[in-house]
Amino acid sequence: MLRATALGFSAGSRTLCRALDFAAAAGELWAVLGCNGSGKTTLLHALAGLARPAAGAVEFDGRAVDDYPRREFARGVGMLLQREEQEYWGTLEDYVRVGRFPHAQPPFGEDAGGEEAVARALAAFDLQSCAQQSFATLSGGERQRARLAQLWAQDARVLLLDEPLQHLDLRHQLQTMQLIRAATRAGRAAVVVLHDLTYAAHCDRVLMLHGDGGHAQGAAAEMLEPARLEALYGCRLAVCGSGSTAHVMPVI
Amino acid sequence: MRNRTLLTILALCAAGSLLVALLVGSVPLSAAQVLDSLFVQTQGIVHDIVWQLRLPRALAAFVCGALLASSGVLLQVLLRNPLADPYVLGISGGAALGALGAMLIGATLAVMNMAAFGGALAAMAIVFALSFRSGDWNPHRLLLTGVVLSSGFAALISLILAVAPQAQLKGMLFWLMGDLSDAGASGTAWLLLVLLLAVFTWLAATLDALTLGSMKARALGVAVTPMQAALYVGAAAATVAAVLLGGSIGFVGMMAPHALRLLGVHAHRVLLPAAALGGGIFVVLADVLARTLWAPQQLPVGVFTALIGVPVLLVLLSRRA
Repeated sequence: MLRATALGFSAGSRTLCRALDFAAAAGELWAVLGCNGSGKTTLLHALAGLARPAAGAVEFDGRAVDDYPRREFARGVGMLLQREEQEYWGTLEDYVRVGRFPHAQPPFGEDAGGEEAVARALAAFDLQSCAQQSFATLSGGERQRARLAQLWAQDARVLLLDEPLQHLDLRHQLQTMQLIRAATRAGRAAVVVLHDLTYAAHCDRVLMLHGDGGHAQGAAAEMLEPARLEALYGCRLAVCGSGSTAHVMPVI
Repeated sequence: MRNRTLLTILALCAAGSLLVALLVGSVPLSAAQVLDSLFVQTQGIVHDIVWQLRLPRALAAFVCGALLASSGVLLQVLLRNPLADPYVLGISGGAALGALGAMLIGATLAVMNMAAFGGALAAMAIVFALSFRSGDWNPHRLLLTGVVLSSGFAALISLILAVAPQAQLKGMLFWLMGDLSDAGASGTAWLLLVLLLAVFTWLAATLDALTLGSMKARALGVAVTPMQAALYVGAAAATVAAVLLGGSIGFVGMMAPHALRLLGVHAHRVLLPAAALGGGIFVVLADVLARTLWAPQQLPVGVFTALIGVPVLLVLLSRRA
């Protein structure tokens, strides 16, 4: 569905990633791992067509990202930003409803399935009880769930999620990962930037960005080896358990 | 349904405010006299007062307020700053410099209006040239450029006020405070208002998305740069048209959108027309006070927009807190 070819990007004079070929197919759940500043967000921005990479090309359904009208592209590919620049003045429900923008038809933003999609998204992230609350009064975790609900309302086929679990309590972390998993089972593709390796173990595939131009990718089980992870994060790690119940912890 | 009710109430209030503006003045008229002269062709003094004095001025006041409030809504989206008002980009400063410069050399009203228009266009061009580079529009740079330019214009305006002969000072001060006593025909301004409301109500969903920031808006499918350019041109045109009619009438552009937001109106398809109606009503009523409270002396309407607007906004803010 979403394919990047020979992708390269840098931050200032630092080359973060060189010659990356990457493809997220329908039904696949990808985890993107790497240290702070290794280019995970830059990669997602390039995939979402929000920033042009220094090298390479990104295609969605066989067509270059730049060739799409933005609205049509946003119906296909949705992105959860790591942080938002701006306070929002309206209610939580209004905020989630903005996610329907790509589906709204002028002149008055008619959107047949809009209200239903917004209600479903609010329910999915446990937000019905505070739907009419002003967005500015929400807690950090509630705001994060509101952002996720907005992305769910957008109803895109590819989900790019930059640290979706930040600020969330354990129950909502699990719930969010389950919702992402359910979305890929329903035929969507998801690329998720994660710092929690326990959840990475539940993804299908893992992409590691080393931040020096290097990268590696493969099936989650094969990529989440202690030696690889120690090389990626530059610290000693201990693994408890095995398979999908494995937990990786830094050795203090 | 709630939104439709709000717009209906505001539209009725707008009609009511215009009727009040026709009734009240140095010659008090009854509603029957006003309606008679409006809808039944007559001659005479009442007809002249309504058609030649009060109606043109009320319509000019309304369109000024509506344009300033619309401009405020658009700029608050463009600059993503709740303190943005139509004057923050230096456009009114440029217009004021042109107008006062023309007054200083004793130009006619027509020349003064042209000079104000020229000053506003020059300010727009300078801000645009300095803030819009290679397709990238940074709201912070835009805001800062406007603020710096406004300060420059303020200094030049102070200089003109300092050297101007005593006889011209009052006219200049009235212009700066916002004054509708010399407002001419407002047909062009009305045309612009209708056009702006049509275009930006049509684009209301885009404005909603843009309030989340340019990156988020782009991710949601907004063509951000063309939209920002459209907002800038729309807001600037509305400000220029309003300033040419009524000088720098303060406070409407910032207050009307905020008052509505504090009342819980956020979606731009309602906020924009509601702000236009609210701004129009507000300036019409302020102008009624300006021309009757100290009659026969006429006061600048800008004094009353601030005197009424400040406590209203403070009450709304404290209720919200």
